[in-house]
Amino acid sequence: MINPTVVDLSRLQFALTALYHFLFVPLTLGMTFILAAMETVYVITGKQIYKDMTQFWGKLFGINFAIGVATGLTMEFEFGTNWSMYSHFVGDVFGTPLAIEGLMAFFMESTFVGLMFFGWGRLSRGAHLAVTFLVALGSNLSALWILIANGFMQDPVGASFDPKTMRMQFRSFGALVFSPDAQAKFVHTTLAGFVTGAMFVMGVSAYYLLRKQHREFAARSFRMAALFGIISSLAVVTLGDALGRLDFLVQPTKLAAMEGIWHTSKPPYAPWKIFAIPDDKTQKDLFNVSIPYVLTPLVAHDFTSPIPGVDALEHSARAKVIKGIKAVVALKAYGATRNPAALAAFRANESDMGYGFLAQRYAPDQDLSKITVQNLPSIVQKAARDTIPNVFVEFWSFRLMVLLGFVFVVVFAFCAYYSLRNELEKHPLLLKAAAWAIPLPVLACEFGWITAENGRQPWTVFGWLPTFQSASSHDVGYMVFSLVGFAFLYSLFIAAELYLMFKFARLGPVQHITPTSHAPAFVQPVFGQPGFTDKSWANKSWQ
Amino acid sequence: MELYVALKVTWALLLGILLTGIAIMVGMDMGVGTLLRFVGRSDGERRTALAIIGPHWDGNQVWFILGGGTIFAAFPTLYATSFSTFYIVMILLLFSMIMRPVAFEYRSKVDASRWREAWDWAFLISGALPMTIYGAAFGNVLQGVGFHFGWDGQYYQNESFIWYLANPFALMCGILSLSLAIYQGGAMLMIRGEGVIAERARRYAICSGAVAAILFVAGGIWVQFIKGFMFAQPADPGMAATPLNGPLVLMRTGAWMNNFHIYPLLWLLPALGLVSMITGSLSLIARKPILGWWLGATAWIGTIFTAGGAMFPFLMPSSTAPSESLTVWNASGSEYNLGWMLVFAVAFIPAILSYTTWAFRVMRGKVHTEIVIADEHSY
Repeated sequence: MINPTVVDLSRLQFALTALYHFLFVPLTLGMTFILAAMETVYVITGKQIYKDMTQFWGKLFGINFAIGVATGLTMEFEFGTNWSMYSHFVGDVFGTPLAIEGLMAFFMESTFVGLMFFGWGRLSRGAHLAVTFLVALGSNLSALWILIANGFMQDPVGASFDPKTMRMQFRSFGALVFSPDAQAKFVHTTLAGFVTGAMFVMGVSAYYLLRKQHREFAARSFRMAALFGIISSLAVVTLGDALGRLDFLVQPTKLAAMEGIWHTSKPPYAPWKIFAIPDDKTQKDLFNVSIPYVLTPLVAHDFTSPIPGVDALEHSARAKVIKGIKAVVALKAYGATRNPAALAAFRANESDMGYGFLAQRYAPDQDLSKITVQNLPSIVQKAARDTIPNVFVEFWSFRLMVLLGFVFVVVFAFCAYYSLRNELEKHPLLLKAAAWAIPLPVLACEFGWITAENGRQPWTVFGWLPTFQSASSHDVGYMVFSLVGFAFLYSLFIAAELYLMFKFARLGPVQHITPTSHAPAFVQPVFGQPGFTDKSWANKSWQ
Repeated sequence: MELYVALKVTWALLLGILLTGIAIMVGMDMGVGTLLRFVGRSDGERRTALAIIGPHWDGNQVWFILGGGTIFAAFPTLYATSFSTFYIVMILLLFSMIMRPVAFEYRSKVDASRWREAWDWAFLISGALPMTIYGAAFGNVLQGVGFHFGWDGQYYQNESFIWYLANPFALMCGILSLSLAIYQGGAMLMIRGEGVIAERARRYAICSGAVAAILFVAGGIWVQFIKGFMFAQPADPGMAATPLNGPLVLMRTGAWMNNFHIYPLLWLLPALGLVSMITGSLSLIARKPILGWWLGATAWIGTIFTAGGAMFPFLMPSSTAPSESLTVWNASGSEYNLGWMLVFAVAFIPAILSYTTWAFRVMRGKVHTEIVIADEHSY
């Protein structure tokens, strides 16, 4: 018997530790490439200030990196400690990208990060630059393999269920690696990391500019970050659109929840909801503002494809649950007897096996063979309803992510424009906005993660293994022990991290260059008026 | 031998190599962490000890992560069952291990003695506890663990967790493992440290080597009297990878010695372990820490492969449902998966070994306390 409380606590623990881990990952992904870019400029131009930039931002990067590494360990452990059925069921496919991540990416990143921090005096400029690039490559390759693994949970390609071993068996390496979901999500996620890194560097630099400290250093860092940011934020929105279309193709339940589509409508009428308060209980909006005829072209990229709503999806799930129950009953019989007739019965309904597992929790004693004609309809109805993820959470996490994505494009566009014109200090409001925007990309990443993983529910392996079925069979006491421990340790960690981040960000870079007293030590403007001859600039007191 | 069986055996061997890699590299850093408060009396001395492993601990730790990933992919059922069965122990291991990266990066960033003292305790816990658990896990696996499987492959646990923490044989294996880690860390502190640090490390390492040798012999004798596991009839190595419907497994006192009776060459493994521990300590007495470090590595090889050689093909036997014991034959990944993984292992392990060697070469040489104290970027 599976204890629902243990499953819920396991989900809570995984969600909290994953969200926590993901507070630090995007910054690592983006910062490594920004550091590599800064150091490249240093190696090419030989200007000390770019070395200072690499080292200073590298120090802040290190404070973030350590906690990212530490909390990443938790994620690897938890598949085994809390999701043993899941690990057994898909380890043959899902474990492989994780192992390859270690071999190909993590070793590289972690070995070279030591040299990046401590190898300055011991490596030639070129060798150190290569080391920094390898760290950047390693951390981003790491994201690739993790998202290939995650892609398998969203769209299980490249594997099939084997009734003999009772698990998914790996069939096609190519299909797994080139899974469209994995590929699109990899680019979307790393770009989101670049946005996070760019916003961080830009925001901290804006803080210095506002306080008239480290001005040359800050202006150069700001410009690099703003350019990095505008490109990444435009790309991240584009890739987001590609992902939305993929959800439409392979995870219609996720898409219906993201857009809050309760009813299927005749194409291309499907309305796009700007604002809504979806109510999962009654499957209605308490309130909504929507524009008809927008959603179909937006998602399907044509005017003829119907976009299935919650009603149609639940209806089609019912038939699958009935077939799935037959499949699981036959599978259990085959496991006990190795009877060819049972195998044939299983094969006939194999593709809906997961929906049978979904019904298991509602069967008497969680045993599908105890289902009778009387209780079948209510079990089927409950299981079918379970196939729809929580619409309110999905709708709003998705909308907030998208909204933030567009905010970033706007902020970066203005920042890049005024940085290139060298007029940043005329716009303190913009600088303030940039500084306050530092945590927003992290928030957007978290919303994105919630959209992706809440929308995957009720499955751990979409269509094949329900979350309810995946957890380890622990006592509640075990779960309380680990949850309390995580809460305690992780609170300490984040307090220490924020304390050090603020301390070293406030402290600013070590100054190697004596600032010239009057002329604004500024970067050359790329267009607009040349700052150095502009009287309004020269007359200002910068001390 | 058919391909699938060859792959299973290869991955069992690679698993042994990875477990040894974890023990040597992560164990070394954890040994330094354990010794930190003892070899470093002043803050400068402690920072020197940290600077010695500072550039490498992160890379070394990946051995551990790769070990986990490999068990996940190559022996999925073993991963699912072992991590869950040892839940409380694994969570304690995890808690102690996640303190370590944070401790490295944060300890010396604030100049306050209470802050640094707190992180030094974190180093002690995150060094000593994981290595004790590491050895104790081997000790428990040798005695068999209480679990069985449901029809769908879900594991169920039969015993409470206290048993896994506190049984004498497991604790002894845990202390053996911790001793070898302290030995390895001490040897590294001698190689790159100087003066009082190297001297203090030398004393602790020599003692640890001696303790390890005594415990290793004691463990060897003890194993004769615990119940080992064996197949009632020769099992088919090519069997389907499921713990259900497997061949009959028996529990017999002294059964872990069967492989040594059949293949006497296996005795070379415990011999390698014991001789390495003794000569290792001697070489540290003779102030030859580099030789001592390598002998520490061979001591680990001898120790882990002795355990593996005794148990093969068992990976994690079940004391409550012996016939559902996990073995190399029934807990492995599919042939296709093991094949692909081997391709990646063959392609990347040489690369990893070569750039790790390069990284150690770049950072070679003695670490001077004055320079560490003067460098605010240092750990």
